[in-house]
Amino acid sequence: MTIADMVNILNAKVLRGADKLDTPVYTACCSDLMSDVLAFVDEKTVLITGLTNPHVVRTSEMLDLKCLVFVRGKIPTEDILDNADEQGLVVITSKLTAFSACGLLYDAGLRGVPVPTAWDAEE
Amino acid sequence: MEELFRISYPVAAADYTSAGKASTDIKRRLKQLGVSGDVLRRVAVASYEVELNLVIHSLGGELTLTVFPDAAQLVSADVGPGIPDLEMAMREGYSTANDEARSLGFGAGMGLPNMKRNADEFSITSEKGVGTTITMLFRLQ
Ligand SMILES: Nc1ncnc2c1ncn2[C@@H]1O[C@H](COP(=O)(O)OP(=O)(O)OP(=O)(O)O)[C@@H](O)[C@H]1O
Ligand SMILES: [Mg+2]
Repeated sequence: MTIADMVNILNAKVLRGADKLDTPVYTACCSDLMSDVLAFVDEKTVLITGLTNPHVVRTSEMLDLKCLVFVRGKIPTEDILDNADEQGLVVITSKLTAFSACGLLYDAGLRGVPVPTAWDAEE
Repeated sequence: MEELFRISYPVAAADYTSAGKASTDIKRRLKQLGVSGDVLRRVAVASYEVELNLVIHSLGGELTLTVFPDAAQLVSADVGPGIPDLEMAMREGYSTANDEARSLGFGAGMGLPNMKRNADEFSITSEKGVGTTITMLFRLQ
């Protein structure tokens, strides 16, 4: 799917990067823990989160993510959004909860990024 | 090895708003020098992790990027408080981060192991009461 499809599925509002909605997306991750995102995500993917602080954008920037999805209608401040814009990030916001947003996107074909689990080391 | 470029950034303790600005600049400069793809991303992630640690855990320090013809080096040096048990600190999940850092989405105890994973060479020395120095090397070819 493309980011435009995600916008439709989530009934989302585009906050930044409206010119890049035709970007294809295949995977996503959902987390409020930037430590985990930095440690486990190693592909250009989508981040679904309920955190709206500047570090969500900085984390996305370091990882070259394609799109940030804020849930429960959250919107970060204008300067955070402008910073995302400078990085070429698409930013959208949906009124859905993280759980519902992920469920709908999964149903439409988006998959989780492959990450090691805490169990892998033991096996 | 011939040094092509060097820049240092002071990083203040507990300055949560500015945390990450040095890494943003480091990423931008390396990109200008023609570094891209996987290695650029690994440097950026490791730089951000080490910068955040300076802000969250140290009493202040400095992050230095040095670029050589075939490698980039990041050195983080701070003025304390030092890490009492390095082996413990390197373990995934070990964290002494405060509530403010946690509320921003950090403090999972993943940073040091993540730096080690992303860098081609990683070394850390620390002395309690003196400070911590982390050196990371990334091969560019
Ligand atoms: N520069 C430093 N000065 C003093 N202590 C440090 C420093 N860097 C790391 N530490 C100690 O090592 C621990 C582990 O660091 P690490 O980066 O792995 O995890 P974290 O910063 O606590 O959480 P995360 O990186 O996942 O957000 C820290 O909680 C802290 O106790
Ligand atoms: Mg850390």
